[in-house]
Order: sequence, then C-alpha cells, then structure tokens
Amino acid sequence: MIALPPPDPSVLARREAIVADLARLVGPANVISEVLRLKPYETDGFTAYKRVPLAVCLPDSTEGVAAVLRYCTSNGIRAVPRAAGTSLSGGALPLEDAVVIGVSRLNRILEVSCEDRLVRVEAGVTNLGVTRAVEGEGFFYAPDPSSQLACMIAGNIAMNSGGAHCLKYGVTANNLLGLTFVTVEGEIVSVGGGHLDTPGYDWLGLMCGSEGQLGIVTEATLRILRAAEGARAMLVGFRATDVAAAAVADIIGSGIIPVALEFMDKPCIRACEDFAHAGYPLDAEAMLIIEVEGSADEQDALLGRLETICQRHDPLTVRLARTAEESAAIWKGRKGAFGAIGRISPDYLCMDGTIPPASLPEAMRRIEALSQQYGLMVANVFHAGDGNLHPLILFDANDEGSFARAEALGADILRLCVELGGCLTGEHGVGIEKRDLMREQFSSADLAQQARLKRAFDPGWLLNPHKVFPPEFAKAA
Amino acid sequence: MALAMLIAPQDEAALAGAIAEAYGASSPLAVRGNGTKASLGRPVQAAAVLTTRALHGITLYSPSELVIAARAGTPVAEIETVLAQTGQHLIAEPPDLSPLTGPGEGPQTIGGVVSCNLSGPRRIALGAMRDHVLGVRAVNGTGEVIRSGGRVLKNVTGLDLAKLLAGSRGTLAVLSEITLKVLPKPERTLTVMLRDLAPARGIAALSAGLGSPYGVTGAAHLPPEAAARAGLGARAASLLRLEDFADFVPRRARALAETLTEFGPSEILDEAASLALWRGVRDAALLGVGDEEAVWRLSVRPSRGAAAAEALARAFAPRLLFDWGGGLVWAAGPASEAAHQAVTETVRRAEGTFWLVRAPASLRAALPGLPEDPPPLAALTRRVKHAFDPKGILNPGRVFAGV
Repeated sequence: MIALPPPDPSVLARREAIVADLARLVGPANVISEVLRLKPYETDGFTAYKRVPLAVCLPDSTEGVAAVLRYCTSNGIRAVPRAAGTSLSGGALPLEDAVVIGVSRLNRILEVSCEDRLVRVEAGVTNLGVTRAVEGEGFFYAPDPSSQLACMIAGNIAMNSGGAHCLKYGVTANNLLGLTFVTVEGEIVSVGGGHLDTPGYDWLGLMCGSEGQLGIVTEATLRILRAAEGARAMLVGFRATDVAAAAVADIIGSGIIPVALEFMDKPCIRACEDFAHAGYPLDAEAMLIIEVEGSADEQDALLGRLETICQRHDPLTVRLARTAEESAAIWKGRKGAFGAIGRISPDYLCMDGTIPPASLPEAMRRIEALSQQYGLMVANVFHAGDGNLHPLILFDANDEGSFARAEALGADILRLCVELGGCLTGEHGVGIEKRDLMREQFSSADLAQQARLKRAFDPGWLLNPHKVFPPEFAKAA
Repeated sequence: MALAMLIAPQDEAALAGAIAEAYGASSPLAVRGNGTKASLGRPVQAAAVLTTRALHGITLYSPSELVIAARAGTPVAEIETVLAQTGQHLIAEPPDLSPLTGPGEGPQTIGGVVSCNLSGPRRIALGAMRDHVLGVRAVNGTGEVIRSGGRVLKNVTGLDLAKLLAGSRGTLAVLSEITLKVLPKPERTLTVMLRDLAPARGIAALSAGLGSPYGVTGAAHLPPEAAARAGLGARAASLLRLEDFADFVPRRARALAETLTEFGPSEILDEAASLALWRGVRDAALLGVGDEEAVWRLSVRPSRGAAAAEALARAFAPRLLFDWGGGLVWAAGPASEAAHQAVTETVRRAEGTFWLVRAPASLRAALPGLPEDPPPLAALTRRVKHAFDPKGILNPGRVFAGV
C-alpha cells in the first residue's frame, strides 16, 4: 500500500466551519457533509484505497467551481477534483483533509455543430452522452474508454483517455479543441475554441492527462467525426502468443491500419467465453479481434487481405463477420472482459503499461513467468496495435497477503514495460497507484521539471496532492 | 544578427553544456535549426545563436510499430525520404513555407516544424504535428537534459511536456531528439473539384464533404487568383482530397461527387494533378506573395472563414487561400499596422486566432505576432516559462514581448 501522510488536524478541526462556508458559496444543496452521504465518495474505480473526504462540493456552474477553489486556496485547504469516479489508478481518491470538487452537476450539452464538426459540453457530460447527442446526424465522438457509459469528459481529459479505437482515431488530446478550466486561485481560463491549433503554449495538450494537478476543467469543445460507411470485425485464434504478436506486426507492416486490433490470451478467452458465449476458440493460446471500416466492398477487401496475412501464421480459427450482428457477437466477449474476469476472481488489479508492439512476445513470456513466481493468475487483454497492455492480476481482497502480492506483481509488470522501452500507463493515469513507480521511468531531472511545472499552476501544491509525483518531488513553492 | 556568435553543438551533451554556460553567464540565446522560420515570430535580441543543425540523424525507425525518432537538426526531407522507402509518411504533412519565409540557411529541420507545430492540409482529418509527437528529449534553460513521453503510441505517464514543448518555439527548452508516430502512405490520391463557388458556398461544400463518410483528408478553397496560380484557370476551385488504397478511392470520389451535386458539377483530378495541387495548398505557395507583403495565417471555425475573409477585404485587399475546410485562412497583404489591426480585430470577433507568418522585422518587433492572452493566461505563460527557463535565456521575446 502507498502510505498517505496523516490528515492535517487543523483542517479537520475546522470542518464544520468549512462546510458552512461551502454551503454559503455554492448553496447547501450542492454540498455533501453527512458521513453516510460521503461514503459513496470514499473511493473511485481503484477500490483498494478508501478515504472519506472532509466534504464534497458539486457546484452547478464554472463560477461555483471558481468560488470553491478560491476559498480552498485562500484557506490552505486541499482540493480533489472528481468527475464520475471511474479512475482505475486512484486519480479521484479523496483525502480526509480535502474537499472533493465534483463536476457531475455540470452536465449540459451547450452546442452541437455538424457544420464545424464540434460539440461544446460542460465537463460532467458522460463520454457516451457526447456520441448520443450527435449520432442522429451520423457523427460520433472518437475516444471510447470501456467505462464510456459512466465516465465523464472531465475525467477523460484528466487521464487523456483512449479506448479500443484510438489506433485509428487517437486519444482525448487528439480530439479536443477547447477548454475552460479553473485555476487553483479561482481564475477562469478559456483556451482554444472552435478552431484548430492556437499558437502560444499548448495548454490543451498540457491539461490532457494532467490528472487534476493543474486545474479543474469545467467545459470542453470536442471534435466529432462522421462515422464510416460501415464496420466489420474478424476473429483469429493462434497456437501461441508469439505467433499472434508476429501477425500483429505483419498487419501493421502491410499498410492496413485496422480501426481496432485487440488481443486476448488463453485465460482471458476462457473467462470471456464462459461469461458471454461468444464462440471464442478455447483451444487457442491467443486471439485477435480485428475491425475494419469502409463500404461493404472495402470491408470485404480489407478482411480478405487480413485473412491472407493471418493465414501465413497458421491460425487455428479464422472467423469473418458477414453482418453487423456477427461483428457484435465477436465483440460481445471482449466488451465484457472485465466483468468476465470479475466472475472468476473476487478481485483483480488492472494494469495499464504500454510496450513497443515488437516486444509483445517477450512481454508475454515474462509476465507469465512473473505470474508463476508470485503464484497469482494473470489474464491479458489489450490493444495490440498500440502496445497498451491490460494484464489483469487476480487476487482475493479478503486475504491481505494476496493483495500485497498482487501489488508487487503489478509493479514488476510495469517495471518490465519500462525496461522494454514502454511506459507505466497508457490510458489509466498514474494516480495514487503508480506514483512511486515514476522513478522507474523518469530521472530526477525529469520529475523535478514536471514538479516545477505543477508549481507554476499550483504553488501551494493543494490540488489533488499525494498523487502522480513521488513524495520527494511533491513540495509546495 | 550577422555579428552574433554561432554555437552548433555536435551532440546533446554539448547542447546541454552550451546552455548551462549561457545560464551561468545569464546570456540570452537565439535558438534555431536552419532559420527557415525566422520570420514567424518576433526578432530575438541575443549575443549568440544556438543552432541544432549539427544534431543530425535518424536514431530509430520501426515501420511495423509506426514510430520514427530523429535528432532535432535532421532535415524533414531526409526523414520523408527514409519513410517513403517503406511506404510510410509523416501524418501531419508539414508544410515547407520557404516560398513565403525565404530559404533560411539550409533545409527545414524536424525540430523546426515540431517547435512551430506546423501542419498541412491533412490536419483537418488526422491531427496536427504535435498530435504525433510521442516523445522528446530536450535541454531546459538551466542546461538540464529532460525527457518526456517515449516511443509508444499511448502514454499518459506524468505531465505531457512533449506536447507543451511542441509549438513552444524554443522558448522553454531546446529539443534535441523527437519521436513521432507515422502512418502508411496512401496508395492513391484523387481530388474532387467544384468550380465557381463564392467562398461561403465553397466552404459549405467542403463542410458537406467533411461530413460525408468517405474519409476526406484535405478540404481547400482557392479563390480565382490562387486557382490560376495552380494552373486551373482563373475560376474559384473548391477541392476535396481522398487518399486510401488504390481500389477504394475511385468509388469514393464518385460517391463524394454525388453527395455534392447541390453545389454543382464536379470534376475528378487524377493522382499527378492532385499531388502537385495539394503541395501548393500545403506550402501556401498558391497565395503568391510580393516582396514587401506580410502574410497572416488565421484559424477560425470553418463556418466563420468566409466572413473573416470579407472582414479583411473591408480593410485591405487581401489575397486569400482557404484550407482545413475553410477554417485556415491564409491572407497576404500590405505589411502595415492597419492591415495587422484588421487581422487582429477579425479573429477577435470570430473567436479564432492568427499567426503573423511573414513581415519585415520592424513590424514583427513592434506588433504582437499572435493574439494577446487574457491576463490569467498571460500570467500562466510567464510562470511556465520561468519553470523551464528561470533566467529567460532561451529565445527571449520570440513569441510574446517580455517572455
């Protein structure tokens, strides 16, 4: 477990006064302070860590967020930004001496323009809510993290979320045109807008993936895309993970960039098949789901070329969807993968390291060896085209030793990703989970530079503290 | 500037040493590659010029992983040549603006196009230069080597310094090495062309094309004069580019033309014509610039592009070129304060932005080359600059006066 410092007793002692002040600033209906009602906010998608916050504020305007942040800063109170709380790295983990500032009540869609191919939303709109607002016109919002039904745009920006289709369409940073955010001093700042490429420093790029360290995003202008004429998937089962990895390299090398290229290993195939009955090949050591887009003829042509490439790798199974329904059947197991794993193990940790795709065979071999060494099962499901691994480490939370081993195994897997030329996190963020591993990937000079940049925004180090940065770098100015 | 001392480090360690020395001496440095973009931005007053041109060479290329890395001084053309050998290319199609900005002291470098975040027509479909920067190595204003990002396609580990440095014009740190995502080069390029449309109508056609499911990767509108310069005759031309596998593109071009019938009959331009035409759009060569003229690059919502052009025309007689579906407006006109004021006011009203690409040094020194930031953002700019370059020795005043 990552140790958090004890809460500041002087802040805890002022709790009642602080709650009264917050209620005055944003209205009592937008402040939660009763212990029972605070309980749902004690954790996020990374449930191993829990802290009941001092209070939760859910302002219903950007000005409300600004008022609360200004108040917190002038009173030396820490603040933890929160959207839907689906973070898998503890990015929204509250602190006992911090006010949680949630954006869930900022949930209006402000503008849809198909002509300019953009949507302007408040940051508490859900990811799927954006696509829902434009799909009637044939458009969609490209980033599609697995949690898209629940997760919110503010959280997507904080973690620079991707999804299964980012090999072709990019991640949040590539689909963001403008932002309104509130600084720790309570200043409201707007950057970008409906146009492309603002000169000056790249505030949009910097805010993406900044994990609530620099400000609280309250509004965003997002690029929407016209959906392709159609899409179809194929499924290929291979005799070995090495062989599947070689097929992935051949596919990318052939000049075809599939819209999705997903990999599952044997434990994952079995769990998904038991759960979803998608007709997955139980004899295969590894399986790819490949999706292409275009007209019906183009889909046929691309799937035909992909089949030819896969045939060179002696597959056990090749299944080409002929209809949208058959595609959905292929995706059914993959989309339920995390739920399927949840059925076979009481708890699991989902890792998120990225590796250069060419190191996939070595990564698979060494993850298997680590799994044996720690005596914990690891199921692998990931975005193969971009090397973003999601090893799922199965453990039992009721057994403290089991969780400690799972954390240690996860850390070793992430060290392996860095050693192979990759990184600690592709799309889940550092949060609390990987904070102390940052030293594995970055030098002291790198981390000190990031910390100076953080202090340029947040001199008092009050925003989302104890996360992202190892403690020796997390110092107020 | 002719008398300034020239420092051309041969490797990253020497680059770090040179900056550390300048930091110790509090001595400002004018940072450049081959100086092809000297006219983009304010003139820098410095006793020494630090060039990355000797940091040369491709350090990693893995076609099946879609990544290439090169030292900052590597010419863009050299990278394009290497990529083309395996049928790949730079996604953002960076322009060569030397027709507008002059030849510099050598070919433009990868460090230059990344530092200026310059992107061509494909920007509208596949992102800007900065979108494809996977990682950087750089030296900050105290002479420390810093790294951010890496060589993988997905990475959200720590604050994204790579994106921040891309586009920062060498004012935060000097890039020494850059890793980029690349993509397969399309097998075939065709262009659907509509004629004789006024800008507003032409841009509406581009919008309709970009809103179609056919995968348009370029959308430009040429007023008659630019069309004539492209050899298309002096009639307005609205252009939509399709790029993909050779057997896909002809059908899509026909389908796209069908979608656009309300805008009039279309013509389909073949591969050779298309490639030359889009290079002209990319480099804004079709603008045609006189010796004494200034050039501005306006970025607005596409639906406001035509109105922005009309607003400019009320103040001076601009020559124009529209890219990015009408959202990128290139304007050439007199290098005067009045014209610059008209551009500034136009983008303010359109809630867009602009970049002064070329003007005499006196004008560039006297006027902001981009819209001025509102106070909270200006304060952040100064604080971020200080976080990287505490003594303000890297390209001082290049982007904003006093920063």
